[in-house]
Amino acid sequence: MRILPKKIDGIKFGLMSPEYIRKFSVLKIITAETYDEDGYPIEGGLMDKRLGVVDPGLRCGTCNSRVGECPGHFGRIELARPVIHVGYAKRIYKVLKSVCRSCGRIKLPDERIGRYRQEIKTARKIGKNIDSIIEDLFKEAKTPKKCPHCGGEIFEIKFEKPATYLEDGQRLSPADVRERLERINDTDSVVMGFDLDVARPEWMILTVLPVPPVTARPSITLESGERSEDDLTHKLVDIIRINQRLEENIEAGAPQLIIEDLWELLQYHVTTYFNNEVAGVPPARHRSGRPLKTLAQRLKGKEGRFRSNLSGKRVNFSARTVISPDPSISINEVGVPEVIARELTVPEVVTPLNINHMKEIIIEGPYNYPGSNYVERPDGNRISLARVKNLDELLEKVKPGWKVHRHLMNGDVVLFNRQPSLHRMSIMAHEIRVLPYKTFRLNLCVCPPYNADFDGDEMNLHAIQGQEARAEARVLMRVQEQILSPRFGGPIIGGIHDHISGAYLFTMNDTKFTKSQAFQLVYSSGIRKSLPDPLIDENETEYYSGKQLFSLVIPEGLNLSYKAKICRKCDKCLEEDCKYDAYVVIRNGKLLKGVMDEKSFGAFSGELLDRIVKDYSTDDARIFLDSVTKLVINAISRRGFSTGIDDEDLPEEAKERIEEILRNAYKNVRKLIRAFNDNLLEHLPGRSLEETLEMRIMQVLSEARDKTGAIANEYLEKEEKKRRRENSARIMAISGARGSLLNLTQMTACVGQQAVRGERIKRGYAGRTLPHFKVGDIGAEAKGFVKSSYKSGLSPIEFFFHNMGGREGLVDTGVRTSQSGYMQRRLVNALQDLKVEYDNTVRDTRGVIVEFKHGEDGADTSRTDWGNIVDVGKIVRRYADQRGKK
Amino acid sequence: MTRKLEISKHKLVPQHEILSEEEAMVLLDKLNISRGQLPKTYKNDPMVKKIKATVGDIIRITRKSNTAGESYYYRVVIEP
Repeated sequence: MRILPKKIDGIKFGLMSPEYIRKFSVLKIITAETYDEDGYPIEGGLMDKRLGVVDPGLRCGTCNSRVGECPGHFGRIELARPVIHVGYAKRIYKVLKSVCRSCGRIKLPDERIGRYRQEIKTARKIGKNIDSIIEDLFKEAKTPKKCPHCGGEIFEIKFEKPATYLEDGQRLSPADVRERLERINDTDSVVMGFDLDVARPEWMILTVLPVPPVTARPSITLESGERSEDDLTHKLVDIIRINQRLEENIEAGAPQLIIEDLWELLQYHVTTYFNNEVAGVPPARHRSGRPLKTLAQRLKGKEGRFRSNLSGKRVNFSARTVISPDPSISINEVGVPEVIARELTVPEVVTPLNINHMKEIIIEGPYNYPGSNYVERPDGNRISLARVKNLDELLEKVKPGWKVHRHLMNGDVVLFNRQPSLHRMSIMAHEIRVLPYKTFRLNLCVCPPYNADFDGDEMNLHAIQGQEARAEARVLMRVQEQILSPRFGGPIIGGIHDHISGAYLFTMNDTKFTKSQAFQLVYSSGIRKSLPDPLIDENETEYYSGKQLFSLVIPEGLNLSYKAKICRKCDKCLEEDCKYDAYVVIRNGKLLKGVMDEKSFGAFSGELLDRIVKDYSTDDARIFLDSVTKLVINAISRRGFSTGIDDEDLPEEAKERIEEILRNAYKNVRKLIRAFNDNLLEHLPGRSLEETLEMRIMQVLSEARDKTGAIANEYLEKEEKKRRRENSARIMAISGARGSLLNLTQMTACVGQQAVRGERIKRGYAGRTLPHFKVGDIGAEAKGFVKSSYKSGLSPIEFFFHNMGGREGLVDTGVRTSQSGYMQRRLVNALQDLKVEYDNTVRDTRGVIVEFKHGEDGADTSRTDWGNIVDVGKIVRRYADQRGKK
Repeated sequence: MTRKLEISKHKLVPQHEILSEEEAMVLLDKLNISRGQLPKTYKNDPMVKKIKATVGDIIRITRKSNTAGESYYYRVVIEP
């Protein structure tokens, strides 16, 4: 349905007067009955009868539209007696306290009232909030005494319980309260915060209750055929019943007590109808015992209207499935199952240029891929291709200006997302690649920003409908544009796991390939350059080195040097002559020295990748990543890479040395304890004796474990050389692919001290951790030091302590997620409307300036050099190189 | 014996200065905003009192920044 778009100028909230309610209500509700015997809604009652339709087939009484169209219409209930609107209870109280009971003026001298009026006026001009001024007024005006205007006496103390007011012990009925509010004059009302256009104080008390349309409280038909009414309808029924009884009782005889009781009951029902969670009021319940969900509950947080239906909604043209890896597609692409491509459509406008192609697509129809599901006329009417009878007739009618809702096809731009969406890289634009089977496929390099793994994760996809949105996504949100993180200026998309260990093995000095091997590898990377000349080795045979072949993937003219991850941090760095091949030198796009590892194109440190994105283009970076990963994976697949328990084997000699270190450590611990007991222990500054003891012990044990690890590493390296067989676990750790030296240490040598809350294990039995120990035992074993390695296995006691430490880890991961989630929500809600303007100023939607220069320096963090704005050294070197060439 | 604490000399207090009428107009014009769209500060703020600024004045605060050396911030004085 086409409606002219209108621009909203402003929104004002006010109160509804009884006259207003009577004016816009469609009908006066009289019966508490909903449906009649046949199940027909109707009657002069609560359902239908011009209030709106929910049943398909029926027409609305007022606007004659059908179920989809009619928005529903309000009705009203004439209350027999006025009732307090619980939402305004506090405010009514404040107003009552500030106003004279006889003359209705505020209990302050005119000058004071004038002052407040001025303040409000100026505050409105700056845009400042009025509430604090009104609060001050109420505070000042509540001081009892006499009324300065009419001299009338003011009775003190007006209590308020959930919705009742007591003056001097006497109950003020809602009618009484309304009378007093009616006496307040207009000027005084303004000063108390009432905008006269839309609100008068006495309207805070209800005489007529508006009844929401049927569409706002639809009934549900259960399988059994019964109709179940909405909670609100139930509440309204209660209200009508009591109201009727109250009316009858007033008409007939009127024992004051009965009237008052019924009135209070009516008040309870109306209160509960607005808000069922009011303090001090028993919530109205279903027959089942479950409390009803009334108006306030519908709006309130997390599952309520604002958070669950407005700030975030379910949308059409979306899809969700399990994800699986695909190293053969580009990082920019997403693999989409054909079933999904057929269900999600993209509206494409018919033009003289594409009309023939469009007609072909229409002919294919919804059941052949690629086809279309709907055709749309210029007036907006959609025609389902699944149910069209005469295709040729339709094809005749199709002209430029029509739209075809066609299936999703290769190259279409979609938004791909994984929840929780914590940063902007959790949603990125991908180009579609339609593939068989039922999972979404993504390139592995793009897992870190999504934080996705393939243990069953699902991800969401949104098909972009409009051309502008599509352009925005393609230019701003494509994966390759997001390679550098706005957090610190380095890449967050890059090689992971096997990419890194593969690259390391590939570019080691010893890797040689024959011509045919080299051809295979380079071809697999997608690069179509010709091979350079081969190198010659000692035996007069031609070969290609890993470094040579890798260079084919590096863009031309690139110059870069840095230390690789495998660098040992020797005291005197030999740089280019590093004997571990850890100093990377790339000159003119050729890898001359050093190995490729995590530091080169890994997801968080990739120096090489970083340089390519910044000095070349995002396209070049994408091509680089796509090629490098394919090349390296191919290489390591052909070579083979595996691990087994013998990667953690140590020779006897090593084991003995480890034993000795640990023995010594235990001895030292015992020494420390003895010193402590004999009062010979030296305090650390600012700590008690016990604390000092614990700290020293932890230090000794931790050093011991590290020393153990160093020994293990040393021997593992020696074994590698001796057996001429690489240790896969070690390779993964040093190249940065997966795991660290600590992991290796724990597997081969010694697991180390377990800790809960940062301290050695303390809790358990009285005075000791486990009954296996004597009371007061604070030795290494007794407090959770695990001497064994994972490979040798843990003793039952060690196992138990390890479990304690592990459990703490799991628990605080869970707690941490919800804590950080709440923090993220608050930050996002506060920051999401801020924008950096063209003058580098940061302003909100009102134009108020938040920062005069974004980040104080106006820099886009993703373009900085890991936080530094300019890398002067790089510029100097670039000049030097150029000058050198000349 | 007793010396008054000089707040403007404290490490964490940056330099505050009042803008002249012209400077103020230039600023508002350059940013294309009205006075109410500037960040605010109360007239009873200790530094504001020290500088003897009144409601409506705009003050320039110059502070050291890790990323930019020095950065300027402007505030308009309002009634608390």
